[in-house]
Formats: sequence, structure tokens, C-alpha cells
Amino acid sequence: MRRSKYIRPAHLENGSDKPRLTTSAMIASIAGPDQPTKPAPFGNALAALAHKDDGIVGMTADLAKYTDLHVFRSAHPDRFYQMGMAEQLLMMSAAGMAREGFQPWVTTYAVFASRRAYDFICLAIAEVMLDVKIVCALPGLTTGYGPSHQATEDLAMFRGMPNLTILDPCDASEIEQAVPAIAAHKGPVYMRLLRGNVPLVLDEYGYKFELGKAKLIRDGKDTLIISSGLMTMRALEAAKHLQKDGVDAAVLHVPTIKPLDEGTIVAECRKGGRLVVVAENHTVIGGLGEAVAGTLLRAGVLPPAFRQIGLPDEFLEAGALPTLHDQYGLSTLKVTEAVKGWLSK
Amino acid sequence: MEPTELERIARQIRLRDLQAVYEAGAGHIGGEMSVIDILTALYFRVLRVWPDQPKHPERDRFVLSKGHTACALYVTLAKRGFIPEEEISTFLQPHSRLNGHPNNNKVPGVETNTGPLGHGLPVAVGMAKAAKLSGAKYHTYVITGDGEMQEGSNWEAIMAAAQFGLDNLTLVIDHNRFQQGAALADTNDLAPLRPKLEAFGWEVTEINGNAMSEVVPALEHRSSRPHCIVAHTNKGHGISFMQDRVDWHHKVPSKEQYDLAVAELSEAI
Ligand SMILES: Cc1ncc(C[n+]2csc(CCOP(=O)(O)OP(=O)(O)O)c2C)c(N)n1
Ligand SMILES: [Mg+2]
Repeated sequence: MRRSKYIRPAHLENGSDKPRLTTSAMIASIAGPDQPTKPAPFGNALAALAHKDDGIVGMTADLAKYTDLHVFRSAHPDRFYQMGMAEQLLMMSAAGMAREGFQPWVTTYAVFASRRAYDFICLAIAEVMLDVKIVCALPGLTTGYGPSHQATEDLAMFRGMPNLTILDPCDASEIEQAVPAIAAHKGPVYMRLLRGNVPLVLDEYGYKFELGKAKLIRDGKDTLIISSGLMTMRALEAAKHLQKDGVDAAVLHVPTIKPLDEGTIVAECRKGGRLVVVAENHTVIGGLGEAVAGTLLRAGVLPPAFRQIGLPDEFLEAGALPTLHDQYGLSTLKVTEAVKGWLSK
Repeated sequence: MEPTELERIARQIRLRDLQAVYEAGAGHIGGEMSVIDILTALYFRVLRVWPDQPKHPERDRFVLSKGHTACALYVTLAKRGFIPEEEISTFLQPHSRLNGHPNNNKVPGVETNTGPLGHGLPVAVGMAKAAKLSGAKYHTYVITGDGEMQEGSNWEAIMAAAQFGLDNLTLVIDHNRFQQGAALADTNDLAPLRPKLEAFGWEVTEINGNAMSEVVPALEHRSSRPHCIVAHTNKGHGISFMQDRVDWHHKVPSKEQYDLAVAELSEAI
């Protein structure tokens, strides 16, 4: 055997054998280095629930491992269906199973459920109110793999679909609580999924998930940050930083995007004098920000200022996730800076 | 270029691809190793292309529909002179053009964006149809994964290609028998592919897609109908511990595994 002519790149010689940019992977974790996490909260919660409910079936389009459905597959192999790489079939066969009385939980990436299978979900599932739960990984900007896998507009698309309940949970504990709650709700649901080792954030605040309810997680008199999904985690971290600078930030977590808890949102925004910031892991078009803005206008509530933190109306860049979150303003640092900047004006 | 010379180039591309995935800490290495012989034959022998004029109107069109194996395409394009070879080390880095899936706004030589599977063949049908309309002489090639063929859009395209009589279209199916989560046979078994394509009116050639002596003539074959090459390949071809192992669909080698793979691939260079 001839020796390799390959020369090791300099950065690998510097004592570090760790490949760079592990977070750019398709399956990038959003957990910070010291953050407590739980593995596969969705897969575990669904597997547990299915022990009590034999109507639950799991279906995927060649993405079991990447949506944590492999946990369900191991626990209930007889009720797991691998549909192959065929997202339209996935949705339609789920519709068929739901018609026959089963409760299908289908998984794929958010881009494929929204962009590819929309027509199929809309007419075969939503219009006829079938009990199908669509659970999708890589929502918003949670992969560095570029526009083909970044579901930056899934909420905008799905908000337009009548009958559909839409969830954007923040952490592992919320996902665990959401699974039985949406199982008990008869009708179609779209849930954005954080998978793998998912951060545990909300327990610290004594938070309990309730379907359809927005909840104030911390109060504050200077600004009200309204957020969903992983941006609630960022908002809570930012609030701690802001506190050190004497800024008192409230955080209202809105895990149910539709139907929107307009009552709570309006009531919080009525508590006058606070800058209202909506933070979402989604394009600023058609997501939580515009949903809140419309709600406030219709209620005649005008906060002193209204700002959005979200993704621009662009196809985003690829790269490492932390860099991208900084670049597009979703990181704790950027949220903190943005709020400070707006308050100083 | 002769088959033996092409084999040498394919090995170099495998080695550079492995290195790029290792350094970037991500990549779809299994499907890259299976498809590299076909990419090599295309770019170093079969395709009429001008690297300094990537938009040359007479160029043959090539679409890598299994866009998750972008890194193999980048390395091939670099070796052929479309992009600088040094640029490969920017794969997946912030602000690099070399993203996880090929983007034709960014990378010269990439004909269309792929990544969501099931896009390439339908676009290729349009390109081949356009040549019929304009009288252009280019040939259109597209490579799909075998798992990818489960997407219904491909079968819509297969029907249309036959209907339009697209004798200027060649589809290569990288039949490595594995997809993301399992073997094709344990997912939604499309095999055997030949009778299905034949039933749709295509001419079908079956080859060993990792043997240059079979790849080249199959790609150069012209037919009066759309042509499908069922390329029997090995996922992870050339690296013993990756071959035919589904977990190497998307995985990064450890230092030990990397060194072993480099040694195996370096053997014949
Ligand atoms: C529409 C769509 N669904 C799912 C995926 C996720 N995905 C990426 S690669 C892959 C498996 C591909 O298998 P195959 O086509 O056999 O490719 P290869 O074996 O050559 O890597 C899947 C499911 C995708 N990219 N696009
Ligand atoms: Mg395959």
C-alpha cells in the first residue's frame, strides 16, 4: 500500500481533531454548550402515548431518524409505516387512515410538508377536518443546509389553511406536553418540531402548556417581547441580559400560532407604554408578527412602537447555524442589541 | 480520455470529497462515493462543456438531481476547471458559494438548484424539450438517486419524456440500493427498475455504475427514445467500512476512520 500524499489541513494540525462547523449539519442542534437538554422529546412522548391509545399510527417519508420518529418505530413497529420518499403519498395515505378511524402522526421536514404537499393537506385533510397530526423538523432557520431545507415561510403558508391548528413549541418540556394535548384535540394539526437533543428552558419558569393559550413567562415594564418556538428561548435569555442593563423586559410565549390567543395578546399590549417586539423563527411576512399586528389594529390597540424580529424576505444563506442566527438577528446577542437599540430611540 | 485515466481521476475526486466532508463536519458521503464514477465519466469524457464559458449555449446540460451529494459535484467541477480547486475547502462555510445543495445562482456549471428530491428530472425534461423547439444540439443528462425515484414527480416526467419522444435525454439512476433511513428494499422497493421504465416507453441499459468501462459507453449511447441507465452502484463505494452501510448516508468519519479511508483510496493513485 502506498502512503497517502494527502497533507492534513493546518487547522487540524493545531491539536484539534474536531471537525469544524458541526452545527452546520442537517441535524444541527440549537442547544447552547451548557444548556440542559432532553433527547427526542417528541418521539418519546408519542411512543408513551401510543401505549395507551392503539389508534395512534406513525408515518414518515424516509425521515424517521431526523424527526425522532425512530423512537416510536422501535416501541411500536407494528404501527409504524415507512412511506418512502413520497410526501404527497404520506399525506394522502394519512388522510385515508384517518378516515378509517386511526390517528396518523406524520413526519417529514417542514419544507416538504408545506411546499410539496400543501394541496394534498389542504383538501384531503384540512377541508374535511381529519384527525391527522403533521409534525415537521427543520422549521424556519434551523439548518445551515440552505434554502432547500430552510422552512422560512411554513407558518405563512399554513396560517392560510382553514381548520388547521398550528403549533410552534419552544423546548423539550413543551413538546412533551403538546403531544397528548394535540392528540386529544380532534382535527388536523401542524406542529413545528425541534428534534434531537432539545433544550429544556421553560420548566425553570414553572410554565405549563395549554393548547390555544399564550402565556406570560416573565413580566417587565419597559418592553413586551411576544415570541414563539425557539425565539422564546432567545427572548428569555435576552431578557436576562437586558435586566443587567436596567431594561425590564416581559416575555409572552405564544406556542399556538393558530387559533391565536388574541385575548391575551391584546390584554398584554393594552398595558400601555411598552415597546412591543414580536420575535419569530420565520420570515417577517405572514407569521406571528403580522398576526399580532393585525390583531392589535383590529382591537384598536396601538403600542408606542411595534417592531419585528424575524427572517428577511429572502432566500437565506447556508453555513453554520450560530453564524446564520447572528447574521439574521435571531441570536440572543442580536435580540438583546435590537431591543436596546429600539428603546434608546 | 481512456477508462483507466478516468478511474484515476475518480479516485482523486473521492479522496478530495472525503477530505472536504471531514473538514466541513457534514456531508452525504455514501451517495457521493456511489456517484463519483458517473460524474467523472460525464465531465472528463462525455459532456461537451467549456469550463471558462459555463453558459455556452451549445454545452450539454447536466442536472444532479440528488442534490444532497453536492460536494461530489463541486469537487468534479473544480477538477474540471469551473471553480478554483482551493475553493473546495470552503464547503459549507459561512458565505461560501458551496452550500449543502447546489445552487445555480452561485456556482458556475450548476444548471439548476436541487436538494428537494424529485426536481431534477422534470426540469431536465423541459431542457430537452426546449432543444427540440430551438433545434439546439445539446444533450441533457440527469442523475437521480434510487430512493429519489419514489417521488411521484419523476414518474410524471417519465411519462412526458416518452410522450415528447425525447431522444436527447439520458436519465441515470444511481441504484445504490439504500436511501436515508434504510435499504430501498425495506422502504418502498422500486426494483427492478428496468421493466418499469421500459413499460413507460424508455430504452433501458443496466450497468455496473462503478466500472468505468461500462459507464462510458452507456453514457455515450444514443437511442431513438429517452434513455435510462440503471447504474448498479455501491453506496460508500471505495471505502470498505462505508460500503452498503445505511448509516453512512449522512455521517462524518472519526479521525481513525478518516485515516483508514484515505489509505484505502490512496492505494491506486
Ligand atoms: C423531497 C425530499 N424528501 C426528503 C429529503 C431528505 N433526504 C435527503 S437524501 C434522502 C435519501 C436519498 O436517497 P437516494 O435517492 O437513494 O440517494 P443516495 O442513496 O444516492 O444518497 C432523503 C430522504 C429530500 N432531500 N427531499
Ligand atoms: Mg440510494
